[in-house]
Amino acid sequence: MPARVSLFVTCLVDQFFPQVGLAMAEVLERIGYRVDFPEAQTCCGQPAFNTGYREEARQVAQHFLEVFREADYVVVPSGSCTAMITRHYEELFARQPEWLEQARRLAPRVWEFSRFLLEVAGVEDVGARLEAVVTYHDGCHALRELGIREGPRRLLARVRGLELREMDTAEECCGFGGTFAVKFPELSGAMARTKLEAIRRTGARYVVSIDSSCLMQIGGALSRAGLPVQPLHLAEVLARR
Amino acid sequence: MTPLYQINIRKTLADAHLEEAIYAATARLMDHRRQVVGPQALPDYQELREQARRIKQHTLENLDAYLEQFEAQVQARGGVVVWARDGGEAADFLLELARRKQARLIVKSKSMTTEEIGLRERLEQHHLETVETDLGEYIIQLAQERPYHIVAPALHKTRYEVGEIFRRRLGVPEETVPEKQTKIARRVLRQKFLAADIGVTGANFLVADSGAVVLVENEGNARLTTSAPRIHVALAGIEKLIPRAQDLAVFLKLLGRSATGQPLTVYTSLLAGPRREGELDGPEEFYVVLLDNGRTRVLADRDKRQSLYCIRCGACLNHCPVYRRIGGHNYPWVYSGPIGKIISPQFQGLMQDPWLPFASSLCAACAEVCPVKIEIPRLLLELRAEIVKTWRRERQKRLERWAFRLWAWAMRRPRIYEMLALAAGALMGEEAGRGWLAKAPALLNAGPLRAWFSQRDLPPPGRTFRQLWRTRTARVR
Repeated sequence: MPARVSLFVTCLVDQFFPQVGLAMAEVLERIGYRVDFPEAQTCCGQPAFNTGYREEARQVAQHFLEVFREADYVVVPSGSCTAMITRHYEELFARQPEWLEQARRLAPRVWEFSRFLLEVAGVEDVGARLEAVVTYHDGCHALRELGIREGPRRLLARVRGLELREMDTAEECCGFGGTFAVKFPELSGAMARTKLEAIRRTGARYVVSIDSSCLMQIGGALSRAGLPVQPLHLAEVLARR
Repeated sequence: MTPLYQINIRKTLADAHLEEAIYAATARLMDHRRQVVGPQALPDYQELREQARRIKQHTLENLDAYLEQFEAQVQARGGVVVWARDGGEAADFLLELARRKQARLIVKSKSMTTEEIGLRERLEQHHLETVETDLGEYIIQLAQERPYHIVAPALHKTRYEVGEIFRRRLGVPEETVPEKQTKIARRVLRQKFLAADIGVTGANFLVADSGAVVLVENEGNARLTTSAPRIHVALAGIEKLIPRAQDLAVFLKLLGRSATGQPLTVYTSLLAGPRREGELDGPEEFYVVLLDNGRTRVLADRDKRQSLYCIRCGACLNHCPVYRRIGGHNYPWVYSGPIGKIISPQFQGLMQDPWLPFASSLCAACAEVCPVKIEIPRLLLELRAEIVKTWRRERQKRLERWAFRLWAWAMRRPRIYEMLALAAGALMGEEAGRGWLAKAPALLNAGPLRAWFSQRDLPPPGRTFRQLWRTRTARVR
């Protein structure tokens, strides 16, 4: 009986990037996992938490904890949402011991997608092929809250035909920042355009990330600028053969 | 109506030259730092940060004892400690001292604490000439501005602007070569040093076990400020205390590196007490003004107390993608950048500028480089939560509050969540299938969506993941 993983696709992927969720499921099945999708899932609560709405965030987080209570593994195509669940639920439920306990019980079973492949499945080569030059954007929360830096690059290195060309400011924020993007649109837009310049200089055809929120920001700015670079989630790269 | 802070931010963003200049200048500082904190250059960098954080934490938790020890040590060496509740009290002390000593001219070295209380302006109001002697700070004084950066106050001034300022304020011919500009400033400032009655400095550290004031600088002007005039007054916040002189081994390694990428700054002065018999230099009188100005209030907050660990290196500014684009003058107080975003609300009042803690993408680049490991993003989140609580209590920001309440309600009801997602998709769907959307449909062209589309496109809404998943599962069966 193969191990079971539950997808938490995140609200952003559900609504804007469904192909990322499908790609993730495909890769996980390819390496031998049984994949399910708990239909009651919605959001982890991060938008409210980051905007200061703790009470609303708690309600949504409680829903999340209930939905995934029995999961063996929860795999998430986002460093940011993973950090929310595994780190910030601690702060969110600091004064609610029962929920804190439940959050702590679930946290070790919640994995960001690339880290799950490398550390749980122990797979570096998933048999993917993509004939293209790509550049990798480090999502801030994946990088600085979860310490994910080399993992996605190792996975990309095993993709046949793929050449990774680093941009000079891979670790600089793309300017998304959740509600920051719409509370300070000009500032957020200026940050995105710096990122675009760095991407353009690499000559890559795809910009890859493990966070769809960054890709929504970068992709939206690329599209607005009319640049011929496509945003691609790591799961989408790994699903190609 | 667009709020003023948004207008100012837009103005800076629209000034391509300025934005490029700040970005380039901070990039240089980032690069310099990187070269001296790397695993080869400083293998125990991370341990040093942790040690620095612990020393600060310990000192602040025992601040009462260390302050008393410091005072006793200063007195034992013939100096005087003055306690100032706020800027007014600090300035009053100096004015009274100047009156008593018939002082007419004060020279100053660079100090953010004096900027914080507007000391120079307060003294000048009482016709006491006060001259900044740090080159950048002097330029800022002549330009009648406030510092642009904690460490590099004139970061935003080009050499052409400096030449113009010198011509206008000093009556010298316009000079655009930095070395020659430095010579002009030196010529003026030398005369001030020689004529000054009182030298005012800040303090990078106050050492409890020896009553020493530690000054870190590159130009030698702080050394002149403390030795040429008869009287030296150091003004420092009470959080500058460290227990022992040997703790400097930790902090001096971190400060220069984090600030300017120097393993050690050019001058490091440890000053304790006035000139003693047989000594060749040093002031005749030595005062340390210990300033509260809101610090004890911050200290009382167990959670956010760590804001007082800051050693004012400016690394968080240099690494902040927001500071690097909007510069130092769009922040409401003298402390700019990420550290300014967390201390301004705590010192000046949470609701003074409630937008400030929200002006961050929470990228955490600041926390990564902070030499004393202040959890800036976490504190920003705390402040945001406190602001929202206040809005709730005062029934402000109704639209946003209702939006989040509705959102939380829908997010606990998967069926409703799905229906709303589908409805939004349908509303946006008119242009679907043609790549990313460039504008919102008329019905939704407001608020956040309008703000989003002002800068970038949106992925085309189509089928949701759960729809596709159902199809997929049905096919597999």
